[in-house]
Amino acid sequence: MGKSLFEKVWEAHSVRQLANGQTQLLIGTHLIHEVTSPQAFGMLRDKGIPVRFPHRTFATVDHIVPTDEKSEPFSDALADAMIKEIRRNCEQHGITFFDLASGKQGIVHIVGPEQGITQPGTTIACGDSHTSTHGAFGAIAFGIGTSQVRDVLATQTIALNRLKVRRINVEGKLGPGVYAKDVILHIIRLLGTQGGTGFAYEYAGSVFDNFTMEERMTVCNMSIEGGARVGYVNPDPTTFDYLKGRPYAPKGADWDAAVERWSSFASDPDCAYDDVVTIRAESIAPTVTWGITPGQAIFINENIPAAENAKDAAEKASIEEALEHMHFIGDTPILGTPIDVAFLGSCTNGRLSDLQEVAQYLRGRKVADNVKAIVVPGSQGVSMIAEQMGLDKIYKDAGFEWRGAGCSMCLAMNPDKLIGDQLCASSSNRNFKGRQGSPTGRTLLMSPLMVAAAAVEGKVADAREVFSVHEKQTALA
Amino acid sequence: MASDPIKKVSGRAVFVAGDDIDTDRIIPARFMKCITFDGLGDYLFYDVRKTEKGEDKPHNLNDPKFAGASILISGNNFGCGSSREHAPQAIMRAGFNAVIAGSFAEIFFGNSTNLGIVCACASDADRKQLVATIEAEPSTEVTIDVVNQQIQFGQYSIPFEIKPGAKDSFLSGSYDPLDELLEGASSVDAVVSQLAYMQGA
Ligand code: SF4
Repeated sequence: MGKSLFEKVWEAHSVRQLANGQTQLLIGTHLIHEVTSPQAFGMLRDKGIPVRFPHRTFATVDHIVPTDEKSEPFSDALADAMIKEIRRNCEQHGITFFDLASGKQGIVHIVGPEQGITQPGTTIACGDSHTSTHGAFGAIAFGIGTSQVRDVLATQTIALNRLKVRRINVEGKLGPGVYAKDVILHIIRLLGTQGGTGFAYEYAGSVFDNFTMEERMTVCNMSIEGGARVGYVNPDPTTFDYLKGRPYAPKGADWDAAVERWSSFASDPDCAYDDVVTIRAESIAPTVTWGITPGQAIFINENIPAAENAKDAAEKASIEEALEHMHFIGDTPILGTPIDVAFLGSCTNGRLSDLQEVAQYLRGRKVADNVKAIVVPGSQGVSMIAEQMGLDKIYKDAGFEWRGAGCSMCLAMNPDKLIGDQLCASSSNRNFKGRQGSPTGRTLLMSPLMVAAAAVEGKVADAREVFSVHEKQTALA
Repeated sequence: MASDPIKKVSGRAVFVAGDDIDTDRIIPARFMKCITFDGLGDYLFYDVRKTEKGEDKPHNLNDPKFAGASILISGNNFGCGSSREHAPQAIMRAGFNAVIAGSFAEIFFGNSTNLGIVCACASDADRKQLVATIEAEPSTEVTIDVVNQQIQFGQYSIPFEIKPGAKDSFLSGSYDPLDELLEGASSVDAVVSQLAYMQGA
């Protein structure tokens, strides 16, 4: 019997079994950012323990970086202290740091792939739950806590329980105007926000075979919203084409050897899965969240659920809580709900193809009055290429603010925040209460093109109609 | 850092209602602008406890009846959302040693276990009994017996689930794995030598 990618990578990185039955797992690639690492360096300093493999840790700043200030010190003294701290820690320990002046800074889950640091058949950890993004390359990548960041720095390993593997096939062809974001929102809606607990998700089927790397990353990114700590796609020529020539990718003869090795990690056709789910691509429509968990999602033409139709008391309570926070009424359409803010960015949908896809429809259109619209490229690399292509001009002409790279309004640790109970159409990944910086702020998760449609119309709209999307155009054409 | 074994946790308890309580709720992101975890306890559940002006709202965690509680009770899927250890750190620094919930999000469970916070899963019916008891009599002493997987309060005793690995680590005092991981250094080198991408400066 064959093995899944998960089993192969796990076995190649298992160091030994620990007394409590957990595995001591080697973390080949460690990514750090300013929010969850300073305390870990502090713990090492207290104990006098050095960093074991400094060349396998890579750092950037993303969460606290202002997107409209270019120079330090930042006006927010706490943010300023945090960037200085990570800079100091990296210098002290000899860790590569993609600092603001490097031209490579950005959201950690965008920078890793962009630099070719994220590679198939590897283990990747970062003190951030959206580390699952890197699984798009056929890596086992997961978020860890700060004590585990300490463990990786000190030993390049962590203690972990082995996961089960659920294969999720999406077969067929997505309709025009239906995107990777809709696929993952739909998967979470079907399987629930806890459905993935204890599982790694292996995404497969013709939809994933045909997806670009950036689309695969969008889906893997939100595995954690479905409760799965890890999500991955088997590596294939699409993966290798993406990596070829990137700064940290192997070169020359090493490249050929690497491709051969990487291919060997793909799941064997006869391997066993703990669970298999198959979804028809044609059944997925543009999807929007209406509530306060990513699983509270509906197709754009559906009505918001009503508490009285809940299947049990727990669901009834959660619908009621969500409706109250969102100021929505059950059994009414989501279509036409006025919005205040449109946010295009984040590690889910802040990549070049996202910005390109929207720009081709946005040309000549205008953001509605009363809507504040911002676009935040996921990295300096993304913004540089986008600007070379003139995308910034298209966005600015349409009335979007074009910002510097960072996490921005995805979680509002920088100055980009909702105010009061503003309603935001957002291409990010979490709609929890207070997530976008105001305790009473409200978030609707959707694809980038749906965000643009809402921005243009001033209300939740079907992007397929707003932009007359017929045949799916390829972003990179 | 072998720590002292944790065989039982006792204290008064407080109930924070709701399923799917995410880490943004436990500690809003804006309070994560810090380079140490000291002081995070003050911001635990900040947005549900305080008005925008920083005044107390009616909430069990503000209620003097429950002051000094060291066990937190909540609903299903507690701690979902981000991997931030700021959440269990805030819980610990606000004086809690244990959380009793219907279920826990995986990363939160792992982070809490590493810190020595006991995360116990009890059924909806049993938690209802527990909550009713402490709300009627907030001074009730609640004891989580890790060895026998029972929670005792008043005349009641209810069972709870905990991952065997976590239970073992509490009982042996090895819930912080760093020492054991450091001991594996030579085995780590052996694995590293087999992996092409780990080579180099
Ligand atoms: S963009 Fe959002 S989800 Fe992604 S790393 Fe930043 S804060 Fe986290």
